[in-house]
Amino acid sequence: MSDTPASPPPSPPARNFGRLLLWGGLAALLALVGFGLYRTQAGPVSSGPAPDFTLTTFDGGTIRLGDLKGQVVVVNFWASWCKPCEEEAATLEAGWQKYRDQGVSFLGVDYVDTEPEARAYLERFGITYPNGPDLGTRISQAFRIRGVPETYFVDRQGTLVRVKIGPIEMNELQSILDPLVKP
Amino acid sequence: MLANLGFAVLVITLLVSIYGIAAALYGARTRREAWVLSARQAMLLTWPLVTLSALCLVALLVTNHFEVEFVYSVTSRSMPGYLKSTALWGGQAGSLLFWSWLMAAFASAAGLRRWDRDREFLPWVVVVALVTLAFFLSLIILFENPFARLWAAPAGETVKAMFAPSGAVLVTPGDGQGLNPLLRHPGMIIHPPMLYLGFVSFVIPYAFGMAALITRRTDDRWIRVTRRWTLVAWLFLSMGLVLGGRWAYDVLGWGGYWGWDPVEIAAFMPWLTGTAFLHSVMIQEKRGMLKHWNMVLVILTYCLVIFGTFLTRSGVLSSVHAFAQSAIGPAFFGFIGLSFAASLALLLSRWNDLRGENQLTSLLSRESLFLLNNLLFVSILVACFWGVIFPLISELFTGQKVTVGPPFYQSTTGPMFAGLLLLMGIAPLAAWGRTAGRSLGRLIIWPLGASLLVPLGLGLSGTHNPAALLGFWLAAFVTSVTLSEFWRGALARRRINKEALPVALWNLAGRNRRRYGGYIIHLGVVLMAIGIIGSEFYQQETQGTLAEGQQITLGKYVMTYDSLAEFNAPDDRLVARAVTTVYRDGQKVAELYPRRDYYYTSQQPMTIPGVYSSLEGDFYVLLVGWEPIGSSGATFKIYLNPLINFLWGGSLVFILGTLVAAWPDRERTRAAARVPASALVSQSK
Amino acid sequence: MTHHRPSTLPRVALILFILGIGLASVIYSPASPARAQEPTPSDDQVNVVAKQLYCPVCENVPLDVCPTQACAQWRQTIREKLTAGWSEQEIKNYFVEQYGARVLAAPPARGLSLLVYLLPPLAFVVGAYIVYRAVRTWRRAARPMASLPPAAEDDYTRRIEDELQRRE
Repeated sequence: MSDTPASPPPSPPARNFGRLLLWGGLAALLALVGFGLYRTQAGPVSSGPAPDFTLTTFDGGTIRLGDLKGQVVVVNFWASWCKPCEEEAATLEAGWQKYRDQGVSFLGVDYVDTEPEARAYLERFGITYPNGPDLGTRISQAFRIRGVPETYFVDRQGTLVRVKIGPIEMNELQSILDPLVKP
Repeated sequence: MLANLGFAVLVITLLVSIYGIAAALYGARTRREAWVLSARQAMLLTWPLVTLSALCLVALLVTNHFEVEFVYSVTSRSMPGYLKSTALWGGQAGSLLFWSWLMAAFASAAGLRRWDRDREFLPWVVVVALVTLAFFLSLIILFENPFARLWAAPAGETVKAMFAPSGAVLVTPGDGQGLNPLLRHPGMIIHPPMLYLGFVSFVIPYAFGMAALITRRTDDRWIRVTRRWTLVAWLFLSMGLVLGGRWAYDVLGWGGYWGWDPVEIAAFMPWLTGTAFLHSVMIQEKRGMLKHWNMVLVILTYCLVIFGTFLTRSGVLSSVHAFAQSAIGPAFFGFIGLSFAASLALLLSRWNDLRGENQLTSLLSRESLFLLNNLLFVSILVACFWGVIFPLISELFTGQKVTVGPPFYQSTTGPMFAGLLLLMGIAPLAAWGRTAGRSLGRLIIWPLGASLLVPLGLGLSGTHNPAALLGFWLAAFVTSVTLSEFWRGALARRRINKEALPVALWNLAGRNRRRYGGYIIHLGVVLMAIGIIGSEFYQQETQGTLAEGQQITLGKYVMTYDSLAEFNAPDDRLVARAVTTVYRDGQKVAELYPRRDYYYTSQQPMTIPGVYSSLEGDFYVLLVGWEPIGSSGATFKIYLNPLINFLWGGSLVFILGTLVAAWPDRERTRAAARVPASALVSQSK
Repeated sequence: MTHHRPSTLPRVALILFILGIGLASVIYSPASPARAQEPTPSDDQVNVVAKQLYCPVCENVPLDVCPTQACAQWRQTIREKLTAGWSEQEIKNYFVEQYGARVLAAPPARGLSLLVYLLPPLAFVVGAYIVYRAVRTWRRAARPMASLPPAAEDDYTRRIEDELQRRE
């Protein structure tokens, strides 16, 4: 039992390959987990070029964010089941009415909602700017939103300049938009 | 004052741990015993210190010190005293402190064992235990401090910090937020401690494994020393998992006990490698084989414990269980990287020292079957691990978020669990070393034949699901094999010692506790398997809205909605309690009281089911909380969970078996004196 | 008009009348199953579909037990679609289109997600191969020592094993 030859040691190339595989696997796992951690720690997209997206509105039209260059764009994420969203609905519509002639576009992105309830919500608050469902949650994933309501402000060059988490009030809306519409 | 004391003590403990690590390393390097013993003293000192700190926190919790942010977030005035103290582990910071307390306890227990024989292991066991402890302590001190208080900064906002920011004033809220209602249940009191016990206690076998690698004492000494540790750690982890399931069943209101949620799986994975390890070490002890593999398994178990703790607390995975997102993620990530890399490097550098006497005489020997057992456990582990990290991979490479849920896990791991059941039936009949196929066949034929009657009977009486029939057959097979083992052993004893059968059975188990304790554990597993098969394959459910006096039918049961009572309970909640009567085949069998509690402070509802339990199954009624509840209409959801009580009952048999297996043998002192031949041999190499 | 042939007209009229009544009774029969109204889908029927979907907003909660208002709206959507005669698969596809693949309990076996289902069996096969190779090597190593007795065990256990073998 003592000196019987056990399995002969694997030849160096095989062993080296095994080691490489193990270390490579560990590195890949750490990279993957690191990525996941980074995604968790990173908040919503808050700077740089705004992620481009195409919105199919409830009226049937399509709007692409990239086509709106030259305009200041306010992208608002909402849902009919979201109570805090109701607080800002009137403010956003009023903001739209006030700034539409100054080259500002308002876009409403309906986050994981059902169409009848969404339409009812829009009608209830008299919202006239374009709204559409976030099909497949692609848009909300691109902006890495954490919940609703969230509002993203894009300047005329297509850069994301401000993020508002939670319902927005009129004075805050004005304080953000006024500097953006000036030039 | 108490908060400052608690925090200061934690900092001292961290310093003591660092000293212990340094002293142990120095003593090992320079071979100066005095330093190693001093390190051991330091390790023993950590436990009273952390206990003091934990007691400070508990005192703060129980006496409503809401200026301490942790106390504010997990307690409220209306909570009963026992719940306030167990709220210690109701939030991230407190549960990290609790984890550290357990780690210090186990480190000290390891430090207090008799070290006369394995002195060379001591410094390394101290290092591993204290490094783990120091890591958790630094997480608490730097990132998640349960003693931090609330301050009103001059600018007006409320800041959470340990020491007063300049110009800030202490804020003392009038009442706390209170514990999440889902956590206010007896299950909450035992499940986390049991689970943490399981996790933390696996650090010790790992520490001994590392010590064995570093000191090149790679015989099976480290395994023999940690044999009971491993068994007890495994028992705690198993019970932690079962209790989690029981708690989910009682409180979460979806009629089930295991949802294949990523955090559940994160706790399950170390159990898989732990079970594989338990079996595989027997091969090393009996035959000197698989030394590399056992080291791999114990390293994997430790790494999975740390990884699982990280996944649960960092918010990387989407799960119902996850703690709120926290800053400890990156620190944990660093620790994981370091510990995985260090373990791997050490293992690879000592690879040749782990050469064993690898010979296999027979394909049907117990060693072969244990190899198969390990293959199955590791395959299940791979499936679980893959399922847990795949959503991350999908998001990284395609930007698409996916859910990997029960259908994947069930279809992938189901056949492998069936394979394990089959092995549980065959392996006890196989001998170590040589086993002729014919003798094995002869031993199997009777249990096999007898067990086939079960699926036959079931099939004739209407059960047709092939997977369930297979499962029940396997359960019957394993039961008959295991019972026949007891029978044969007892009969043999009777022949030799002329004992009466009950005495023979008692002495049989007593003289060979590990083996027969293991068989009892297997019987427990079989009972649990029966419960799982029944409740997974044959669950029925129905939902309906009833007015008072109306009834609803499910299977053989009829339930009538009798009345509803709404009242305020003393601990700040609104209770809507329905009275229902259950009839089975026309006979009244139970009166059940499903209710919906609404907690005012946290504005959270909780539904408590009414359950009628019998061996046949559970009749489980929920008052659906998101529909209106009133006398004119209340919505009820009813589940019929056949055989589920076998699951809980089986876990009791499981505990019994582990106690039998772990009980110190009377012959221990004699056995300890004999040095195993394999140890002598590898030392003389 | 001396022939008094029996007039066929009343006979025809009678036959038509009977036929007419028979036809009318078939068309307007309340008991006819082909014309029964479809009931609104019961909670159980909605739950059969909801059970297979996950709440898009909450973390890992199946749609049939999710208590939020959003989930109640989604269950209502399922109910409406069932009433309109959609099949289970059509409803699931609709949810995927609206809310992403995340709502399904397991990813569809397409594209990258195919890997989810391929890897575990592959790992098992690779593992089985490794075990096979190891077993073969170890059996070769053992052959010169084919008569090796089992490792020294507890004396007592060996006596029992001998006794048991004697009884075979």
